[in-house]
Amino acid sequence: MTTIQDSIPEAGPAEALPSGATLLQIGLVAAGLVIAFGLVPSLASDYWLSSIIIPTVVMGLAGISLNLLQGYAGLVSLGSAAFMAVGAFSAYNLILRVPGLPLPAVLLLAGLIAAVVGVFFGLPALRIKGFYLAASTLGAQFFFPWLFTNYPWFSNNSQSLTISAPRLEFLGYDLQSPLGRYLLVATVTALLIGLAFLVVRSRLGREWMAIRDMETAASVLGIRVARRKLQAYAVSSFFLGITGVLWGFAYLGTADAHTYNLDKSFQILFIVLIGGTATIFGNFLGAAFIVLTPILLDHVVLAANIAYLSDQGAITNLQRVIFGAIIIFILIKEPDGLSAWIRRGVGALRARLGR
Amino acid sequence: MSILSRTIALAAGAVIAATSLAVPVEAQEGAGQQLYPLFTYRTGPYAPSFIPFGAGNLDYLRYVNEVEGGVNGVKILIQECETAYTIERGIECYERYKGGFNGALTAAIYPHSSGLDVALTDKARLDRIPIVSPGGGQNIATDGRVFPYQFPLIFDYWSEAQIIIDYIAEQVGGHDKLKGVKIATLYHDSGYGRDTIEPLAILSKKYGFEDIQIPVPHPGEQQQAQWQQIRRAGADWVFLRGWGVMTPVAIKTAARVGFPADRIIGDIWSGSEDDARPAGAAAKGYLAVSVFPPGTDYGILRKLKENILDTGKSDLKDNSKFGTVYYNYGVIEAITFVEALRTGQKKFGNKPLNNEEGQWAFENLDIDEQRIAELGAEGLISPLKTTIDNHKGETIAAKIIQWNGETWDTRTDWIKADTSLFADVIKAKAAAYAVEKGIEPRQAASN
Repeated sequence: MTTIQDSIPEAGPAEALPSGATLLQIGLVAAGLVIAFGLVPSLASDYWLSSIIIPTVVMGLAGISLNLLQGYAGLVSLGSAAFMAVGAFSAYNLILRVPGLPLPAVLLLAGLIAAVVGVFFGLPALRIKGFYLAASTLGAQFFFPWLFTNYPWFSNNSQSLTISAPRLEFLGYDLQSPLGRYLLVATVTALLIGLAFLVVRSRLGREWMAIRDMETAASVLGIRVARRKLQAYAVSSFFLGITGVLWGFAYLGTADAHTYNLDKSFQILFIVLIGGTATIFGNFLGAAFIVLTPILLDHVVLAANIAYLSDQGAITNLQRVIFGAIIIFILIKEPDGLSAWIRRGVGALRARLGR
Repeated sequence: MSILSRTIALAAGAVIAATSLAVPVEAQEGAGQQLYPLFTYRTGPYAPSFIPFGAGNLDYLRYVNEVEGGVNGVKILIQECETAYTIERGIECYERYKGGFNGALTAAIYPHSSGLDVALTDKARLDRIPIVSPGGGQNIATDGRVFPYQFPLIFDYWSEAQIIIDYIAEQVGGHDKLKGVKIATLYHDSGYGRDTIEPLAILSKKYGFEDIQIPVPHPGEQQQAQWQQIRRAGADWVFLRGWGVMTPVAIKTAARVGFPADRIIGDIWSGSEDDARPAGAAAKGYLAVSVFPPGTDYGILRKLKENILDTGKSDLKDNSKFGTVYYNYGVIEAITFVEALRTGQKKFGNKPLNNEEGQWAFENLDIDEQRIAELGAEGLISPLKTTIDNHKGETIAAKIIQWNGETWDTRTDWIKADTSLFADVIKAKAAAYAVEKGIEPRQAASN
């Protein structure tokens, strides 16, 4: 366990803060909201919304979900994508079989169902740790694809076993357009970020960190370790369940059991590693990196017009090599993840304002 | 200070990134051309099948551009976009090219992945972009009234099941002799593999053969138990609906339990050279359904060899792939695109088609025997005629091919499926889909 994890800026604010810093925080939040709900919708094209911004935001949210479990509570999971699948399939069946259920209720219930499943698969955490725990969460990753493949009821007996996005509506507004889907994603994400901050700064979050840093000491202090661990799985899976709905319906437009495969779980894990453990906003940097870098490399090749200099196959493979090299470079240069940039940036701003 | 310079560097990086993303707007060098966004998967686990397939596509389009001077003078601008066979990257490619490129118009998009085809259904309906998936589309999308923009051209697995049963009937001496024959279907346990359960149940009820369904979990590297089960059940024929490594393993395991290879009929995705060759000697005599017949003895392939392959313009790096199942699949697919352009140009004039004109063109395709002969594609493709009620093509046909240890031999001529048999079931499924999605089916061809 590394000890450099970010808990200082979050544990600090209880004491008398220089008013500049509070103002800065409020300012940053307000700026974030203005960008998310004013600037982005008015400036971004369909291409940017549908294929760049929405997946980045949703994957960032997935990163937050895993980070709550891994970064704050010190537990591991390789089954993140399975909990997303549970959320997506639950939401699909809720909309299909409970007519008239409003979208927010669907999202909430899908998250809760995923949370229950998460607690169940988190039970081994009470007995085993680390690598062995990771292996046991893999169980979820194999069980759910099997379940959704072998019981076509879950996909309403669809011919290809895929579930396709139901009509997304809220208060009569049609959310099918790229902008509608973006606003849905942005609103849910903003609410969940708020919830994540509340959880992390509450007693629950502080006790998670205590368990993470030294479990024995935590239990000596009277922290009910077992309950807290299961709660970590519940909260993380709740987030993942909702993320899964957004990924399937607001981004892809369709999903099947293999949409949420082990690769996706690993991708979420990499987002946490690259973004930085025990952070909230760092996950979006990690997600942006994972989602955007391959696309960006592709565009650079397109813009540079080098396609006919060499064989197209070699270029596409080379892009993957470069992507891998960048990951290694970042992990060496920023072992705490890209969130170190945020921390330094905010620190610099604060220093300037303080003067 | 260092933080400041770092921030500046970061901002500069972001600006470069943003401009490179926005760059395609600058020039109009594509004006007057027809865009063909080629969705590739040159990386990832399925790259080996894409490489000859993509080459077939590119070689035919290059032939049309360079030898025929374009489609009635309209050049095709090819833009590759790598999806790595993932839906995420595929959506990015779709969004990138749905509106054209540098002034070249998009008439249709071939997603080259069944999963991506499904994922694009809603988006394409909103954007009004035809999504064309020859051999790999959604069967329910045959109903063009519910799915105006989906074109699952050429083939579906229900017709395939029917063709298999017709072939077996011919071998045993007629459909009336099917009673009591045991036909086992060994399928990849996925949506794709499960798709033949329903039609075979209907056919089994109709003809009285015994229908045995046995799943193989992905990826299918171990099949001892399944083949023992086939032996115990005393199956006479096996319909092998494999995918990837599952096919050669099945052929080898069959040899081990003593099931004859010439009683196994592979699915179209179990019928390429790369499916049979890895099984070695065990594959000799193995049969497969073929919608994309292999071989080089077709007029169009001779022209490609002369004008593209021999002049070094081919996308193939390994010329032994010329005329393989996947290469010919690519050629056939490119033919459907070019013929759709011709169809559209007849109505809208000899200019690049936009998406709406492309939709009309794909809905009014008519590649008849005469046109096939003009193309030099006799024996390579069967007639293809689409209407508003049939986005797949009115005649669905396939050949049976047999592996001789080195290459495929063609065993039969086109076996035509009786499409009326399942039409009502498919139509009902499309109607249910329309209700679930709240889609109002089109009454007439105008959108």
